[in-house]
Amino acid sequence: MNEQNEGAPHIIGPRVYVVILFALLAGTALTVAASFVDLGAWHLTPTLTISWNPVVALAIATSKAVLVVLYFMHVRYSSKLTWLAIVAGIFMFLTLILMTLSDYVSRAWGNW
Amino acid sequence: MSANTIISLPDQGTAGVPKKNYLTQENGLLSWLLTRDHKRIAILYLLTTGFFFVIGGMAAAIIRLELLTPTGDLVASDTYNKLFSIHGIIMVFFFLVPIAPAVLGNFLIPMMIGAKDVALPRINLLSWYLFTIGGCVELYMMIVGGVDTGWTFTTPLSTHYVNTNVIAAAMGIFIAGFSSILTGLNFIVTIHKMRAPGMTWFRLPLFIWSYYGTSIIFVLATPVIAITMVLIMLERVTGIGVFDPAKGGDPLLFQHLFWFYSHPAVYVMILPGMGIISEVISNFSRKRVFGYTAVAFSSVAIAVFSFFVWAHHMFIMGISTYSALVFSLFSMLVAIPSAIKVFNWSATLYKGSITFDTPMLYAFGFIGLFTIGGCTGVMLATLGVDIHVTETYFIVAHFHYVMVGGMVSAFMAGLHFWWPKMTGRMYPESLGRLAAVILFIGFNLTFFPQFILGYLGMPRRYHFYPPEFQVLNVFSTAGASILAIGYLLPVLYLIWSLKYGAIAGNNPWQATGLEWQTQSPPLTENFTVMPVMDHEAYDYEWLERQTLASQNLENQSQANQSQVRPKETEVPRAG
Amino acid sequence: MPDSPAMTHGTQELANSADPGNAANSAHPEHPPYLLHHFESAGQQADAAGFAMWLFLLTEVMFFSGLFTAYLIYRNWYYRAFVAGSHQLSVVWGTTNTAVLILSSFTMAMAVWCSKTGRRRELTLCLTLTFLLGLGFLGIKGIEYHEKFEKHHVPGRHYSLQSFLYPDSDAAARAAGDRPLPLDDARHTEVYFSLYFLMTGMHAAHMVIGLCILGFMILRARAGAYTAGHATFVENFGLYWHFIDIVWIYLFALLYLISRH
Repeated sequence: MNEQNEGAPHIIGPRVYVVILFALLAGTALTVAASFVDLGAWHLTPTLTISWNPVVALAIATSKAVLVVLYFMHVRYSSKLTWLAIVAGIFMFLTLILMTLSDYVSRAWGNW
Repeated sequence: MSANTIISLPDQGTAGVPKKNYLTQENGLLSWLLTRDHKRIAILYLLTTGFFFVIGGMAAAIIRLELLTPTGDLVASDTYNKLFSIHGIIMVFFFLVPIAPAVLGNFLIPMMIGAKDVALPRINLLSWYLFTIGGCVELYMMIVGGVDTGWTFTTPLSTHYVNTNVIAAAMGIFIAGFSSILTGLNFIVTIHKMRAPGMTWFRLPLFIWSYYGTSIIFVLATPVIAITMVLIMLERVTGIGVFDPAKGGDPLLFQHLFWFYSHPAVYVMILPGMGIISEVISNFSRKRVFGYTAVAFSSVAIAVFSFFVWAHHMFIMGISTYSALVFSLFSMLVAIPSAIKVFNWSATLYKGSITFDTPMLYAFGFIGLFTIGGCTGVMLATLGVDIHVTETYFIVAHFHYVMVGGMVSAFMAGLHFWWPKMTGRMYPESLGRLAAVILFIGFNLTFFPQFILGYLGMPRRYHFYPPEFQVLNVFSTAGASILAIGYLLPVLYLIWSLKYGAIAGNNPWQATGLEWQTQSPPLTENFTVMPVMDHEAYDYEWLERQTLASQNLENQSQANQSQVRPKETEVPRAG
Repeated sequence: MPDSPAMTHGTQELANSADPGNAANSAHPEHPPYLLHHFESAGQQADAAGFAMWLFLLTEVMFFSGLFTAYLIYRNWYYRAFVAGSHQLSVVWGTTNTAVLILSSFTMAMAVWCSKTGRRRELTLCLTLTFLLGLGFLGIKGIEYHEKFEKHHVPGRHYSLQSFLYPDSDAAARAAGDRPLPLDDARHTEVYFSLYFLMTGMHAAHMVIGLCILGFMILRARAGAYTAGHATFVENFGLYWHFIDIVWIYLFALLYLISRH
């Protein structure tokens, strides 16, 4: 039950770090480039429109963050407990945002 | 008391408190101020939180005195506002939040899981210093004129309209918040990484489970109040426009962020109490807690659910009706794990051999008062009722039933239960029982009338009220003075017991937890050898077998004393 | 009171079977100097410290989440003001800063590797590079802040709506092709800049704290610390530094790149 000593720690070498570095720099270039292009929008309902630019920007940012977490922060080779901590963090982050938004989104419903 | 140990102890004789213990390890003020021993830090916390309780209590006393008459004849309106603000800030952030986790948690968690200390002792000391610094900032705030926003810092009142020391008050809470974060973080790491061999998750005392839930809340919710306090301060100092409606900000956003912390914080104020009660109920009915797993998971469930209910503080503030429905539903769901606990404690009593020692009396008080507080909580989660009674004394009575009736009763139960372990001496039992009864009577007399007052429509936070409410207010004030005796009496006899109390021995309650299987007061390193958990929690039969075995051994050793004594020293010390 | 001998024996056996770290420990009584007294093994100590660091990062996520919530709400409410506000930020500086911070994250990761593999000189080099890159980031941030200050875009009493009401008078707004905003929208740019300064300011505060610790670490590393098998401190600081990097990755996308087309 004690989550201790999971064998020899896995050491990620410089080669992987360099690859990740270039991937991150490429991601940065991509996201800047994408912001200068109008990617259009998705008109879901008359009142709800999803424009693609922020979606793409956040998707690229998230994949960059995932790379940092997995490789620079070694989470790929970390214990389940670390994964649990990360998932808990993301979960509570989303809880705060989504539950607060549940108020803001629906505040005007029925008042039009 | 005979010593029933799973580990051997240095020879202590029988006449007194062991000479070598954590209190006598080192002497001098510096040895306390620089200590990393979790037990000494717990004592430091006990003293500081006790100090803040006195301050908050005095504010409450003046409030109750003022409310004796319908006119404001004791203090002026703005003084009254400052009094209830100080009462709220001090009691919530500097007494109720830290009291049970930082005092009993620090003292007991490492001992209960069989560790020598918490995982990060230096961080633990740092968190006490942060708490003390935060408290000093609040003291400064009071001295230079106080604050009158209430403990909730409602915007835009706090950011734009009051001229009192909001910045100092917010700064104190911000600093003390880091103390909570570090304490919670320390507990989680300790519970995960420091358990003794054989101490599996389902052998942990329920105390540990509830403190685990508490720590989750500390770690996940407290940072949000920290950033909220920063926003309040910056909004006052620099005029940024996050909560300012004049600039396009939304004051309700402040409420969301504030209650995202402050609602879970309410569970910080009750979850540890539930852990204490589980230990006490089990011990004084000599039975394993009924439905151990359910009680354990209900602690975690309360901690998790507590994050989904915060907007029930905002039903009348203009949040979306649809969202209010969802939050109302979630709020009612919290009643389920809470009820699981109450039912399981009651079921534990069934066919137990119950004794009515002081901790048990407090525990009974807790169950009753918490049930009333909890049930009125479900009432308040109901949208229609909430809109009727919000911001009245009904709310005041409700949360005092949970926080004071619940948490303070539970803390007193825990303090009496573990007092022999902390000091090595017993408190006077008959006075203890008397104090428990006085507390219960005084509490109910103080706060039950407030339910009625609130239901009749007396709003909170006013010091004038229509004369027809006076009778109930007089009851309440009278109850408050009885309640004060209920607090004062234990302080006096507990201090008295430090010198004159009967010698407690290792295990005066014949309890099963690992903390009882070592000397009292414990050594700095808690256990002489690494303890091993080879039985389930609350296994009183195991304890009986141990007692029998050690009695047999005692008989043997009396027969040929020279043979056994050397064996004692052969046991290797860990570490 | 003495234990029964059988009980003590069982205790030892259970200890050995349940906790391999403990067993190894009792077999080798000499501890490494960095092992604190209350841990049973170095592995347990490193595990505990690492887990504590992750929990701390968890609190950091929650600390920033309040700001992100505010950002999300106001961005949806005042989209046009946010677009106009973001046009006042320099994408060039922002991109440069992102690259600088990613590079510093890379050197930090390399420092952790050097520490783990016992390369003392390389460790000092990597830490120093990280320090310099971090300073560079703050310097660029300072240039950007200075520009905002000069244009009266710092929220508060001296906030100016000039660039939004009369975009022709402002080079950045002209370059982005902004049209004049109605007064109502223009005033909401103050909310954007409040959030901009709050979020980047909180981030910069974390950087400053990180740089202080980093400076301390460089001194220790030159004296030969961290390379003798005890890399926990460097590793945990690395986690903190990467976390700051991640926050910036999102801030860059959210504050600078709202709508550039």
